[in-house]
Amino acid sequence: MQRLREKIYRWIFTILAFASLIFLVGIILFLFKESLPLFRYVPVGDFLLGTAWYPTHEEAEFGILPLIVASLWVTLGALVICVPLGVGSALYIHELASARQRAFLKPLIEILASIPSVVYGFFGMVIAAPFLQQLLKLPTGLCAFTASVMLGIMAVPTVTSIAEDALSCVPNSFREASLAVGANRWQTLTQVVLPAAGSGISTAIILGMSRAIGETMTVLMVAGGAAVMPRSFFDPVRPMTSTIAAEMGEAAVGSLHYNALFSIGLILFLITLIFNILAEIISRRFRLKLGLGR
Amino acid sequence: MRKDITQKLGFAILTLCLLITLFFLGAIIFFIAIRGIPAISWEFLTQPPRRAMTEGGVAPAIVGTFYLTLGAIAFALPLGVASAIYLNEYSPRSFVVNIIRMSINNLAGVPSVVFGLFGLALFVKFFNFGVSILSGSLTLGILILPLIISASQEALMAVPQSHREASLALGATHWQTIKNIVLPEALPGILTGVILSIGRVAGETAPILFTAAAFYMRGFPRSLMSETMALPYHIYALMTEGTRPDKQTTIAYGCALILLVLVLCVSAIAIILRQKHRSSYVQ
Repeated sequence: MQRLREKIYRWIFTILAFASLIFLVGIILFLFKESLPLFRYVPVGDFLLGTAWYPTHEEAEFGILPLIVASLWVTLGALVICVPLGVGSALYIHELASARQRAFLKPLIEILASIPSVVYGFFGMVIAAPFLQQLLKLPTGLCAFTASVMLGIMAVPTVTSIAEDALSCVPNSFREASLAVGANRWQTLTQVVLPAAGSGISTAIILGMSRAIGETMTVLMVAGGAAVMPRSFFDPVRPMTSTIAAEMGEAAVGSLHYNALFSIGLILFLITLIFNILAEIISRRFRLKLGLGR
Repeated sequence: MRKDITQKLGFAILTLCLLITLFFLGAIIFFIAIRGIPAISWEFLTQPPRRAMTEGGVAPAIVGTFYLTLGAIAFALPLGVASAIYLNEYSPRSFVVNIIRMSINNLAGVPSVVFGLFGLALFVKFFNFGVSILSGSLTLGILILPLIISASQEALMAVPQSHREASLALGATHWQTIKNIVLPEALPGILTGVILSIGRVAGETAPILFTAAAFYMRGFPRSLMSETMALPYHIYALMTEGTRPDKQTTIAYGCALILLVLVLCVSAIAIILRQKHRSSYVQ
């Protein structure tokens, strides 16, 4: 009797544990199911490489290259901001700060990581965009540049936390050995700690990038929303995420437009999937390299 | 000599990085606080909106966010804890377990708007729940599932192996050990994970855009099947819809402040609790 009960519990937990797998597979299935009808009318090549996105015209065109470029454009800009600031802050917190400072800064950064993206978007819209427009004499403050700035700032706490974790994986003996042979703290930092934590920090950067490219509300509110090929950093752009968020409300269910928006979601999903798998591979190597096991 | 100068310069740059970060984040909180405070009053917190969203309060949005968060946790908590128990207490190291671990990691990295699309396709259309609190809660629940699993796993791992062995040695079965020894000890850790995900869920906007959110409602949502206002969506909607941007921006400041205070307090509580809990194990 008891044996049976034990078996039943084991089975219940096993089945429930499959939930994550089921949801992930479900996401993939539904993205495919809802996006495939589009490709009966629009060849995949035209979809990915077409430069005209006119989903609601009489002769609708579904080329998402401008949206992909916009996403990469904004993400690249965000990286320029969040990588130095995030990694620099992590180095400060982990290598320079006193124990008391660290006990305060570490949780503070983590708490700040929870600021919702819609708040960044709102701040970008009402404060950052008008400010940057005046400062740089732009035709509009709602553009790729402002979006990059907001997205970059938003990603800093994430990058800092993960980079910090990577730094704490570097054994103290590495540091002590370097100091013992006469290197000063800065040399130890740049020539021993950073190379040892290098792949862990790359994981942080990739995950930050993955977060930035999938971020919706900030770019939706700040990037300006013009679905054309960006010529400069100061053009309004429409990244993939904000296209989905802005247009799904108007797209009739089952229409080509609806299918096209799911196709964009599919592409977005695949991009972030690749990033995540990459990050996982690198971090596994990193842990093995430092002899920490899996 | 040069060595020292490089070191000083390097340290100065690192300090600057941190200060810039804190400055930007501080500026965001500061601006929203000073412009949001004048908007907030008792009426703002307890009354529904009036005159096409230009006056009155945002109570339905606050209540809506509360319902959505509650629903998401109610869905994700049992699933998440059960998954963590399986992975930590039962799982044999096998191919299948690796697949589950991998799917949890990848689920955590899926962009929030894609969860929105999934929710739209599965809950709103396929199950025909419509645009409703139910659809929104389920979508948000899937979004925070990885977070709850990893927090619960961490909590379970912190329970010393010797406690399990002691229980088993006394003749308790595997399940009895989990139920009477492991879970009670891991409970505080699991709770912090839950609080942390409350902070995350309350601020998410993209997943509820097409699954639960409505811009304007006269009263409070009546059932699981009705659509609802929600704080984060309300901020977005106030800035992009409607006809009186001047008045709406003030209300949006108020909403942003409420959301910010809510989310920051909730995650501060979780993170401080976790810190205390962790240090009680290390000693």
